[in-house]
Amino acid sequence: MSKLKIIYVWEIPVRVTHWVNVLAMITLVCTGLFIGHPFSIGQSASSFTMGWVRFVHFTAAYVFAIGLAVRVYWSFAGNKYSNWKAFFPFLTQDGRDKLMATFKYYTFVNRKLPHVVGHNPVASAAYFLAFLLYLGMIVTGFTLYSEHAPGGMMHKLLGWITHIFSNQSLRLMHHSFMWLLVGFIINHVYSCWLMDIKERGGIISSMFSGYKSMEEE
Amino acid sequence: MGKRSGDDSLNGSDSLSRQLAERGVSRRDFMKFCSAMSAALALPATFAPKIAQALDEVKRPTLVWLEFQSCTGDTEALLRASSPTVAEIVLDILSVDYAETIMAAAGHLAEENLDKVVKGEKGKYIAVVEGSIPMKDDGVYCCIGGRTAVDRAREVCGGAFATIAVGTCASYGGLPAAAPNPTGAVGVKEAVPGATVLNLPGCPLNADNLTATIVHFLLFKKLPAVDSFGRPLFAYGKKIHDNCERRPHFDAGQYVEQWGDEGHRKGFCLYKMGCKGPETFHNCPTQRYNEKTSWPVASGHGCAGCSQPHFWDTMTPLYRRLPNVPGFGVESTADKIGLGLAVGTAAIFAAHGVASAVRGEDKMEGKKREDINNG
Repeated sequence: MSKLKIIYVWEIPVRVTHWVNVLAMITLVCTGLFIGHPFSIGQSASSFTMGWVRFVHFTAAYVFAIGLAVRVYWSFAGNKYSNWKAFFPFLTQDGRDKLMATFKYYTFVNRKLPHVVGHNPVASAAYFLAFLLYLGMIVTGFTLYSEHAPGGMMHKLLGWITHIFSNQSLRLMHHSFMWLLVGFIINHVYSCWLMDIKERGGIISSMFSGYKSMEEE
Repeated sequence: MGKRSGDDSLNGSDSLSRQLAERGVSRRDFMKFCSAMSAALALPATFAPKIAQALDEVKRPTLVWLEFQSCTGDTEALLRASSPTVAEIVLDILSVDYAETIMAAAGHLAEENLDKVVKGEKGKYIAVVEGSIPMKDDGVYCCIGGRTAVDRAREVCGGAFATIAVGTCASYGGLPAAAPNPTGAVGVKEAVPGATVLNLPGCPLNADNLTATIVHFLLFKKLPAVDSFGRPLFAYGKKIHDNCERRPHFDAGQYVEQWGDEGHRKGFCLYKMGCKGPETFHNCPTQRYNEKTSWPVASGHGCAGCSQPHFWDTMTPLYRRLPNVPGFGVESTADKIGLGLAVGTAAIFAAHGVASAVRGEDKMEGKKREDINNG
């Protein structure tokens, strides 16, 4: 066995966008649940409870969308661990092997955990699916949002979507994708905790520091 | 003075002023109507005299009113005014040469009238269509005078200066087009793609919007600007929710929780009762129905979204915020299913966590460096 090394894995934009997305998503889920199922807490007609909740929701949506755009940019500009190719492990033979091995580990079929410095292949494949859900959320959300200003720039850009899906279908998708993402977050946090224990590479602290203590690849 | 102003406006036996005078409508009422029309069309107030002038000078444009798969609700909406309104009289200045519900002629005579218009005034008359057009089985599900609706629509709408589709059925197929759409019903634009069609959806349409459209046509000699669903922007340019009189209650967080509760009696927002105002474009809150008497939300019932394409399929269930999820029972909403999914996920991973802990030390055999970097 070779010596452990301290490897710089997560660059600053990766860490910043990760935590910005965490905060934005928590805000979006909480405000979104209220918007979908509000309770009557207005004291008078001049209160602005729903108004503020929606304002926060829309602001967080912009933050989330910008954060995601930065992360996509960084998947072309950043190091190999943040590269877009890392999110398609099934494209290479090695990736497929590790994907299968990690999957077997998760399902208790064997005890081998392939050694990877960046994202493990099951995680990165899941992030790809999560990314598609993010995209779905952004598109359905902003399409519905754009209808406050018909004929405006955003409505011109996204209005055609309401010809394919009705407004109500877009709302249904927006709710469904949110629940799938809630499921993803539960999975994500658990797996992270599990890997921190099993890999012993300091995965949780690496999300703050950027460094992992691992054998070099 | 009264005599003089009367003389000024009487410039022909057919003129609107004469007809108004005959029916006892004052010049003042007429000017009020013109101001209301300029407001409905979102034109500056200075247009009111121009509208008055245009209506006075108009040369009886011909109009034919076709009815296909409809409940005649739109005709009713137009005809059931409690007293003769200026709007009705304005519509009277149109030469309505064919309208199944109200014409005196019947049978071949009526069809002859229609043929005369279609052949004699090609490209000049206005066609109004009420009801959807069945396309399935060569359109046999709706025939008038031995010809199918689609055949007639192609001829009449194809040769018209413009076609105004009144009501949701004529605009997008409406109720006859609701799943499973047994007759293959479609709106006019889909049945006759080549025709110039203006959609005035609504169930029924708001007669004021039809009057305003015709006034716009008489004033500018063209149809008003439309949105991507072919609806005039002056009437369908904003969401109901954004102009709703109950909107302050929505923003405040004051909702009707149950029919007949305190919030309902106080006129709170109907959002939680499934109101579709947030997904529907129409000017109901400002224009209202039945001579501006009321509209659904004002009377305490949520919007049904009737002016949106395929509303019967997409806006139901009417008393819920979200559509049902296909494949699940009617009692399971998307959010109940979603919550179940989240709880299920948490349970699965909790079990996984316990299993991983019990399983004890893993060998980390992966660190044999059989791997290549995956980036």
